[in-house]
Amino acid sequence: MAIKKFMYLNRKASYGTAYAIESLEVVLIAAAFDQDVSLAFIDDGVYQIVEGQNTDGIGMKNFSKTFHALGDYDINKLYVSAESLEERGLTADDLMPLVYEDEDDDWEEKPSVKIVSNAELTKIMSEQDVCLSF
Amino acid sequence: MADILGAEVDEEGFLVNLKDWTKEIAVEMAKGDDIDLADENADLFHERWDVLNLLRDYFEEYQIAPAVRVLTKAVGKKLGKDKGSSKYLYTLFPYGPGKQGCKFAGLPKPTGCI
Repeated sequence: MAIKKFMYLNRKASYGTAYAIESLEVVLIAAAFDQDVSLAFIDDGVYQIVEGQNTDGIGMKNFSKTFHALGDYDINKLYVSAESLEERGLTADDLMPLVYEDEDDDWEEKPSVKIVSNAELTKIMSEQDVCLSF
Repeated sequence: MADILGAEVDEEGFLVNLKDWTKEIAVEMAKGDDIDLADENADLFHERWDVLNLLRDYFEEYQIAPAVRVLTKAVGKKLGKDKGSSKYLYTLFPYGPGKQGCKFAGLPKPTGCI
């Protein structure tokens, strides 16, 4: 099977709608089929990977923990829109420290999250075979 | 509606409410598949429980049941390199480490597992 480049665009916050968790489920399924998977967090989607989420008050599963598993699924390209962060008063320090172990570099832990401008993100998107928006 | 020791299970035998899980339920589920998880002198008793405990820890940490490939990697890391192979895991759980292991451990069916 040919490997295609799949990008998943996450544009909504985690818990008001089912978009975020549905996206994550599809991402994990796609990873099982050995595709080239990357994620982008734009608009309110940046809230999905903010550190310190607590869902006790809304009685829902805190699936932000699952983002830490992405490295084990060889998903290590997480692009975050710099403009979207700034519009919401967030910085790189507010995001979860998501990492992966680099197989080609003695399993060294490396960051998966990369903050990029919208212009850079447009370019990365144009290089994909498939973009799925959630 | 099917149940095991009073805990509701779906048509494939997975727990509906993950909080219902007890060791006794795991033992009972395994009995149905001809695996002894109760007698500590039984064949592969400790090896099986090591993997089941790892699965439960993994779920607690990441909120998902790992795919077999990911489980294999985690087993190799935590329980020893020689154990991090799907051949070893299939020895413990012949119906599939993902499917059978997750079931006994009280986890949902792994995402992407058909």
